[in-house]
Amino acid sequence: MSEISTSPVGPGPDKVYADYLKKEVFALPKCKKCGEFHFFPRIVCPHCGSFELEWQPLSGKGEVYSTTTIRRKPERGGNYNVCLVTLEEGPRLMSRVEGIEAEAVKIGAQVCAQINNDSDEPFVVFTPAKEA
Amino acid sequence: MSHELRGSSAIVGVGLAGCGEAHGRMPLDILAEATHNALDDAGLKLSDIDGLFTGSSYHFMPTLSTAEYLGIKPRFSDGSMVGGSSFVAHTLNAAMAIKNGLCEVALICYGSNQRTAGGKLATMSEQQTYETPYKPRYPISSYAFAAARHMHQYGTTRENMADVAVAARKWAQLNPEAFSRADLTREEVMSARMVSDPLSLLDCCLVTDGGGAVIMVSSERAKDFPNKPVYLMGTGTAHWHRQITQMPDLTTTAALDSGKRAFDMAGLTKDDVDVVELYDAFTINTILFLEDLGFCAKGEGGAFVSNGNIAPGGSLPVNTNGGGLSCVHPGMYGIFILIEAVRQLRGGCGDRQVSDAEVALVHGNGGVLSSQVTSILGTEAVL
Ligand SMILES: [Zn+2]
Repeated sequence: MSEISTSPVGPGPDKVYADYLKKEVFALPKCKKCGEFHFFPRIVCPHCGSFELEWQPLSGKGEVYSTTTIRRKPERGGNYNVCLVTLEEGPRLMSRVEGIEAEAVKIGAQVCAQINNDSDEPFVVFTPAKEA
Repeated sequence: MSHELRGSSAIVGVGLAGCGEAHGRMPLDILAEATHNALDDAGLKLSDIDGLFTGSSYHFMPTLSTAEYLGIKPRFSDGSMVGGSSFVAHTLNAAMAIKNGLCEVALICYGSNQRTAGGKLATMSEQQTYETPYKPRYPISSYAFAAARHMHQYGTTRENMADVAVAARKWAQLNPEAFSRADLTREEVMSARMVSDPLSLLDCCLVTDGGGAVIMVSSERAKDFPNKPVYLMGTGTAHWHRQITQMPDLTTTAALDSGKRAFDMAGLTKDDVDVVELYDAFTINTILFLEDLGFCAKGEGGAFVSNGNIAPGGSLPVNTNGGGLSCVHPGMYGIFILIEAVRQLRGGCGDRQVSDAEVALVHGNGGVLSSQVTSILGTEAVL
């Protein structure tokens, strides 16, 4: 992944994160000192204060930590899901689960990351994990 | 040895204005009227104010705009912004400023025309880059996440949350100044239109206009005023996150720390508390804060509120004005819980008066369960 700069004078972590997504890679900074990942991407590890970070790809596996159905009139697009997903690697992010009804998203459900490329600014969504 | 700020300052004036609907009024008009009422209450005039503490969703530099409007030239100003909890946090900063001679008469004030200006929550908040693509509704979806998680972990139910709204309404029915006073049942809360599951419209605070103002002076001066002084025994602040994704455990708030800090400064415990005024932006807040402030064990807040404890006649009077759910909620609510606590400790709250109230706990919340601020107020009996 050396083609994406992490130099202190180069693009900041928001840009690096977005550039990875544009290359269809879901990656986050991992601390070289304590080994923890964090989200949202920063230049300092919020777990231990170290500035020694490296970008690492994620497994994409996660679990729904909490979920809500936002009610919207059908003519405005209908109800939709917004959830919090805790990644296998530790960090938690806001997202949505696609492919099932908003109301069917449950806390504890295993989910898999997908990169939504519909716009110029890709973002991570999740789908239910296949049964093992 | 007790903390040097414990009981060092006192609230000697409070005022409300424009609560409900204040047609045609701008936020600073409402703030100024509340200030006028608080000064009247304290027997002071505008030119006596030399310390200004305020927060706003309308004015980027709120202390400058407010002082300019009022025509005052404060020696000390503080516009610390921690959302709706700001005004409770200002009590600590005002106490420090007074104790250190930086000001003598501190005004803490707020005004908003949220309702008549169209109901939208005014905000100068930056966009949250990593939330925007998912279109959460701000702030309710964050509170919905906390409610869903509390239900999942502790078996808390929508009935429990509805009972918070019903208790608030019962208090509001005893308060002629409350905005919503019609009968309300658990079933009505639960069958109200869902907004962001598991929260319905009636799990949410009101959208009203309103303003409030509080005057603080040193305790040495406090007895020279027309009303019984209400002493600031302690204030504690805490914050662990800004965005809901960064909250470590959605069932435990930083009220755990702010409450302990406030009680430590006050040299008091939860058993000393006669009346509780806490920031009920959503019904789940009341449950979370009662747990984190130690009034019941973690996970037992649902049962606590459903067993009649917090309603009129219960073991712990909570949100005696009717709360943000039924009394008043103009964007930010922190100033109103301070004012209700002062009124309860002075006595004379009519049908909703808590008998022999000597200690009040005020708990402010800001952001999305982000900022937590607890104040302990007391009468001379506990000084
Ligand atoms: Zn680290």
